[in-house]
Amino acid sequence: MTSKLEAIDVTVRYENPRTGVATLALSGLSLRVEPGEFLGIVGPSGCGKTTFLYCVDGLMPLSGGRILLNGRPITGPGRDRAVVFQSPSLLPWRTTLRNVTYGLELQGTPLREALDRAREMIRLVGLEGFEAYHPLELSGGMQQRVNLARALVMGAEVVLLDEPFAALDAQTREFMQAELMRIWGETRKTAVFITHQINEALYLADRVVVLSHRPGRVKSVIPVNFPRPRELRVKRTPAFLHLEDHVWSLIEEEVRGGLRSAADA
Amino acid sequence: MLEEKARLSLPAAGGPGAFQEKSGGLEDRLPAPPGGVRRRHRAASRARLISTVSIVVFMLVWEGVVRLHLVNPLFTSSPTRIAAAFAQMIHEGSLGKDLRVSGSEFLLGYALAVVVGILVGVGMGWYADVAAALQPFVSALYSTPRVALIPLLIIWLGIGIWSKVAVVFLVAVFQILISTEAGVRAADESLIRTAHSFGANDRQIFTTIVLPGAVPFLIAGLRLGLGQALVGIVVGELYAATAGIGYEIAVAGETFQTDRVFVGIAILASTAILLMWGLRRLEMRFESWRPQRQGAGR
Repeated sequence: MTSKLEAIDVTVRYENPRTGVATLALSGLSLRVEPGEFLGIVGPSGCGKTTFLYCVDGLMPLSGGRILLNGRPITGPGRDRAVVFQSPSLLPWRTTLRNVTYGLELQGTPLREALDRAREMIRLVGLEGFEAYHPLELSGGMQQRVNLARALVMGAEVVLLDEPFAALDAQTREFMQAELMRIWGETRKTAVFITHQINEALYLADRVVVLSHRPGRVKSVIPVNFPRPRELRVKRTPAFLHLEDHVWSLIEEEVRGGLRSAADA
Repeated sequence: MLEEKARLSLPAAGGPGAFQEKSGGLEDRLPAPPGGVRRRHRAASRARLISTVSIVVFMLVWEGVVRLHLVNPLFTSSPTRIAAAFAQMIHEGSLGKDLRVSGSEFLLGYALAVVVGILVGVGMGWYADVAAALQPFVSALYSTPRVALIPLLIIWLGIGIWSKVAVVFLVAVFQILISTEAGVRAADESLIRTAHSFGANDRQIFTTIVLPGAVPFLIAGLRLGLGQALVGIVVGELYAATAGIGYEIAVAGETFQTDRVFVGIAILASTAILLMWGLRRLEMRFESWRPQRQGAGR
C-alpha cells in the first residue's frame, strides 16, 4: 500500500528578510502518513512543526528532500490539501456562512453549490443558527469551528491542522478535541495535527511523531492504540498517563539538548 | 469586485443584540452584548436633544448680545441679519450662479481626485515598482503647500472654473492617495496566507482580502480630502475668480458686508456637514460587521 503522504529527507533553511539571519528549521525529516490516518506531531517549541506543515501545504519551498502526496511531489497549494490555521484567520467582513464558502468560491465552485455544502458543514461543526454572524461576534472556540468548517468543506484528501486549539482556554480546548474526534469520525480524512500539547496529540492521533529540537528531525514515532471512539475520560487512564509521561521524557531530553547546544554555540 | 461590494453591504443579520436568545445550548461563552439595542437608541436620541438645545442656546445668545448692543453687528452680524442677507442674495439672483460655479469646481475637482487618488494609491500600495517610481513626486508635491501653485494654475488655465478645479484636485488628491496606499499595505498577512493556501491568485487576493480591508483607510482618505477640497475652492476663488461662494465672501469682506460673509460661511459649513454625513453613511454600509465601540463616560 502506498502512503498518502510521504516526507523524505526534508530540509528547510530560510532567511529572515530583515536581518538576513539564516535558520535551519528542518534537517533530514522523514515520515509517512497512511490513508485515513490521524497523525499527531509534537516537539519542543521552535522545532519546525509549523514549518513542516506549511511545506506540506506548499506554502514554503523545501531546501532539500521531497514531500510526496499519493506518490507525486508537492509543488504548491492544491485542492487535495486544506489547512486549519492556528489563528482562525477568518475574513472579518464575511459572515460565518460566507467564510466557509470562501475557499470554494476561490476555486470557482458555483455559489449555490458552495452555499449548500457550507450549510451542511456548518451543521457538522455545530454552528447551525450562526450562519449570519460575523467572526467578531463569535467566541474563540466558535471561530475555530468556522476555521475547521472552511477547511473541511473543501473535500480535501488531507487536512492539515496547525495547533488549532492552542489559543483556547483549557475547558473549551478539551471540548473541541472531542468535537474534532466526532467530526473526523464522520469524514475520515487523512489528518496531520501539529500541537505542543502531548495529551492532545495522544488523545487524537493513531500515531504520534516526536520531533527533535531545531533543526527538526523525527526523534521517535509512538503508536497510540486506544480503541476508538475515544472518550475524553481516556486521558485519565493509567495507560494514557504512562504514555504521556514517556513522550514528555523524550521531549524533555530534546529541550535540554536544545539548551545545551544553544549554550555551546 | 462589484459582487464583493454587494456582499459587503448586506446588513449585519443578527447583530450583537441577538446574542441573548441564541447563546443557550452552546458551550462557548459569548461576549456579553455591549448594552442593549434599546439602551443605545435612547443614548442616541439623548445626544441629539443635547446637541439641538446647545445650538439653539448659542443662536439665542448671539442674537441677544447684538440686540442688547453689547457687540457691534458690523463685526459679529447676527442670525436674523444673516437670514435677511441670505434672502436678499437669493432675490438678487447671483447666489444661484455662485452655487453652480463653486459646485461644479468642487464636484469636478473632487471626483477627479477620488478617481486618481484611489487608482494611484492602489497601484503604489500593491506594486513596489509603481511606488518606487511615483514616491518622489508624491512626497515632493504633498510637502509643498499646494495653494502656492495657484498663480501657476491661473497662468495655465485662466480665471474661469478650470483653475479652481485644478486647485481642488491638487489639495484633495494626496490625502486620498496616501490613505489608500496605506490601506492596501496594511492588508492582513495571515489572511493573505490563508487565501494562498486555498489556491487564490493575485487578483482574488486583491479583491477578497486587500480591498475590503482597505475600506476604512479609503473612507478616511475621502473624508480628509473632502475638507481639503472645500478649502481649495475658497482659497482658489479668493485669489482670482469671477463668481462662486469664495468670490462672494471675498467681495463682501472687502466691502465690510459681514452678513454676506457669514452667508457664504454658512453655505460652506452646511455643505461640509452634509457631505461628511454622506461619507459616514457610506462607511456604515461597508463596516456594518465591525462591532460598535461604546464611547467612554456615557
